[in-house]
Amino acid sequence: MKKRPGLASMAAIYRRELLSYLTTPTAYVFVAVFLFAIGLFTFQVGGFFDQRRADLSAFFAFHPWLFMVFLPAIAMRLWAEETRSGAIELLLTLPAPTWSLVLGKYLAAWTVAGAALVLTFPLWITVNFLGSPDNAAIFTAYLSSFLMAGAYIAIGSAMSALTPAQVVAFVLAVLASFVLTALGLPLVSDFFAGVVGGGVAETISRFSILYHFDAAQRGVVDFRSVFYFATLIALCLGFTAVSVDARRGG
Amino acid sequence: MLLQVDGLRKSFGRRAAVDGIGFSLDVGEIVGFLGPNGAGKTTTMRMIAGYLEPDDGVAKIFNIDVAQDRRRAQERLGYLPEGAPLYGEMTPWSFLRFMAEARGMTREAARHAVRRAAQDARLGDTIDRPIETLSKGYRRRVGLASALLHSPLLLILDEPTDGLDPNQRHAVRDLIRKLGEERGLIISTHSLEEVDAVCTRAIIIDQGRIVVDQTPAQLREKYGSLEKAFETLTRGDERQ
Repeated sequence: MKKRPGLASMAAIYRRELLSYLTTPTAYVFVAVFLFAIGLFTFQVGGFFDQRRADLSAFFAFHPWLFMVFLPAIAMRLWAEETRSGAIELLLTLPAPTWSLVLGKYLAAWTVAGAALVLTFPLWITVNFLGSPDNAAIFTAYLSSFLMAGAYIAIGSAMSALTPAQVVAFVLAVLASFVLTALGLPLVSDFFAGVVGGGVAETISRFSILYHFDAAQRGVVDFRSVFYFATLIALCLGFTAVSVDARRGG
Repeated sequence: MLLQVDGLRKSFGRRAAVDGIGFSLDVGEIVGFLGPNGAGKTTTMRMIAGYLEPDDGVAKIFNIDVAQDRRRAQERLGYLPEGAPLYGEMTPWSFLRFMAEARGMTREAARHAVRRAAQDARLGDTIDRPIETLSKGYRRRVGLASALLHSPLLLILDEPTDGLDPNQRHAVRDLIRKLGEERGLIISTHSLEEVDAVCTRAIIIDQGRIVVDQTPAQLREKYGSLEKAFETLTRGDERQ
């Protein structure tokens, strides 16, 4: 029996990519650094204990800023490494649709990001030990953080498809992520309000990752934010597929 | 007809890498692609394999146009890219399993296919060692095995014996000869001796065009030796 060809290829690509994350040390190093950094920020900068509140807002507040450095590092190899090693020729001569390659790789990197999030569980245990937090709200915040991680990985995937150099892919992705995140900072909004007026500044900030992540942090699932992240992911993956396919043109 | 190529053209910038190549191939033929570096051998093979899109012309595998119906054509072709790129951290076993499953085979079918291809390519006990620790000869064989996974009738092998020592080269040539009995093959090579040893036809390409398409015996008869034929027919970069 033959499976649907695109899905079977995607599943095979996903498994290979995930296996390669698990068998090379880089992913472990990045995840370890991320966990260390998020702990440091939550307790030292965020003042987790000083707040004397049983919630994880001090923890989630740093996610966008850490993700935008950490997740490009996870995603940078997705396509750049294939191009550099020449293995992209193996992938592009498979009888598989381009979307199955793009999606398989993307989902593997997103899984690694998800695993890093899951590994922050000691914080959740701590806060439950210290008080009685709203676990439903924490769960929602985790979900929206995971969704946001998907957006950063998608940006990383798009940049990785542009260059054979992982470092270049990393820098481009951090830059793009920073711009898309920082547009939501009050500092930036105030600047735009001074230049183009409050209404436009408000609209600009609504296109930022930060705006939609903050909305989700208030404990309610805002479908506009889900739609925002889904659209951002789809756009970046579409861009990845187009630039991968463009290679066939020489 | 296994393969029909007609008027294939490809330019990179202003340079025409392939400038109107056409030929056809049937079962039982082993065609040797010869030509100086940069003559357009790899670009031609890449267009047939669906890795590059031609600017003009068609390549048809079993009468399926590669550019129009790429995936159906690719299902019928086994391809060894130049330099045989692989994933070094994988073992041949896991790499071949991946390639088979990425082609849409079920796990069961993939296991069978890998076992058979590994046997055909004579991977032996290297099957469980990381690819990056294998010799060049064995890596090339892993690439060959991955081209054989789906038992294609048409094989395109870009420099299958490049960089191998004489023993390894001998082994790969034996394999190619055996594969050619019931398939059609195109191999590119810089070794004229190889063309003599395994090919039923020699296609010499120079500056993106086919300058001759004959049997090695015919070439020898006309020019005295294959070396002479190659020298006379290709200008190469050196003499420009």
